[in-house]
Amino acid sequence: MFKKVYISDTNCITPLGFDVASNIANIEKGNTGIQKHENTNLMPIPFYGAVINNTDLEAAFSKITTDGNFTKLEKMMILALYPMVDSSKISKKTAFILSTTKGNITALEKQNGKSIDKAQLSDLAKTVADFFGFQTEPIIISNACVSGVLAIAIAKRMIQAEVYENAFVVAGDLVSEFVLSGFNSFQAMSDAPCKPYSANRTGVSLGEAAAAILVTTDATNAKVEVVGDGAINDANHISGPSRTGEGLYRSIQSAFLESAISADQIDYISAHGTATPFNDEMEAIAFNRLGLEGVPVNSLKGYYGHTLGASGLLETVIGIESVAQNRLFQSFGFDEMGVSQSINVIQENETKKCDYFLKTASGFGGCNTAVVFKKVS
Amino acid sequence: MENKTYIQSFCSIQNNSIRLNGEAVFSTEDSDFSDFSKKAYQHFEIGYPKFFKMDNLSKLAFLGSELLLKKVVESDKENDIALLFANKSSSLDTDLKYQNSISDSENYFPSPAVFVYTLPNICLGEIAIKNQLKSENSFFIFDAFNPEFLLQYANVLLNTKKAAKVLCGWVEYFNEEYKAFLYLVADEGTIEHDKNNIEIAFNK
Repeated sequence: MFKKVYISDTNCITPLGFDVASNIANIEKGNTGIQKHENTNLMPIPFYGAVINNTDLEAAFSKITTDGNFTKLEKMMILALYPMVDSSKISKKTAFILSTTKGNITALEKQNGKSIDKAQLSDLAKTVADFFGFQTEPIIISNACVSGVLAIAIAKRMIQAEVYENAFVVAGDLVSEFVLSGFNSFQAMSDAPCKPYSANRTGVSLGEAAAAILVTTDATNAKVEVVGDGAINDANHISGPSRTGEGLYRSIQSAFLESAISADQIDYISAHGTATPFNDEMEAIAFNRLGLEGVPVNSLKGYYGHTLGASGLLETVIGIESVAQNRLFQSFGFDEMGVSQSINVIQENETKKCDYFLKTASGFGGCNTAVVFKKVS
Repeated sequence: MENKTYIQSFCSIQNNSIRLNGEAVFSTEDSDFSDFSKKAYQHFEIGYPKFFKMDNLSKLAFLGSELLLKKVVESDKENDIALLFANKSSSLDTDLKYQNSISDSENYFPSPAVFVYTLPNICLGEIAIKNQLKSENSFFIFDAFNPEFLLQYANVLLNTKKAAKVLCGWVEYFNEEYKAFLYLVADEGTIEHDKNNIEIAFNK
């Protein structure tokens, strides 16, 4: 038998707040971080996105250090980890796992010799690792939009293999000119705040956030147990999901097989729900193929936008609170069913007993990840 | 509980030459990567026109995967071969190309065909599509080749039955500097899958 692996601490830095409690309070009230932005440095035309206020970030960061030599993303990641990390939890058997899709990509805007080095993801990881004094080489995962949730699976697998005893996992991405222009070139950007699974959706809103968790074999303060995972490719298309949801279907199957649970035991699904027609439809098909169509499901993109490599970890942090508080949150932006196969989108905040929760994500390159969590009571 | 695992085959691509299981199998003189990769594609009769739409990182990874998977993948069966890849510079070569297409407002031409390759894991998607590998896949970044991590994680995938075989790869491409080193790991073979043997193969 493999050792049991738990998540015992979480945190997040988002436009809705710089700790988990303030994020949950805002979600409970139906507040979204997505706003209209008119900033031609980011995009020639106005756009809807969830952006962290720089003044607020500086104020929070100045309370932990006076060293100003950090990028915005580094500050967000350090702030996310800061309340969780103390030296008693760091040893030679502590992994530091960083998940991001584009890291410090804004360094390329001013091109010189240093900007290339700064854009290297290993530079970002080293900067954050050195701040806290992690003793092992950082493990960086950059697997498009599944990175954040895949990082949890990697942490759990490496701990079960007894390579590590615990792992600090941090994920973060920024809203940048680079990413905005790219999604816009795919004509994937919404001209209004995103509306996952809705018939009235018009595409993605982008967002920025950092999230962090502690994954450990130590059951003290455990919130959830990580009971199964899978990360399987569609082998279908590099910039769109499989129409049958094949990779997501198999990822969830793999996670169920390892967890030794069946679809009817899942109480809640925190899905990917980017609000593109192809993604949302694909998820509905995959959930139906697995008999998960009746399970309450939400996408948190309506609150945070799509935070890329941070999204899977951020949404897990919020999902863990749903399980802990037996409280499911409305899938913000949803009104009228916009997928061809029925799914049970959460329309109002509700109190419901939750023991097992499934987190899924899918991304460019045909990647998918599913992780099953079990409440620790 | 841990089963023994083995390196079944390996290849490297660098300096306009390709070695398979330690033997030189192809090289060109004075080529840039674009020319070299095209000649290699022709030499090995790959016959997959999508190759020419790929960015250089994907071309590099794809060429290596073709050398090792051609004789292993059975087209009429499910092939449970995980893809475990890593590099130093992520997709930075294409990131720069994309950044240059948006940095001048007079010449603002962001292209989705370029943007999609600004993710390092796209090369895994390309390999998965060609070989129909509906299997575990993950892309890691390290400051330098990290045989220890690749060894440990490949063994995790095999020992937990998440995959029957693992194609491991270090695929680094930045500004015409490149090196690919790929190897296939499974539960039978002759070369023991350990850190020392990975390093020996890497340097061959």
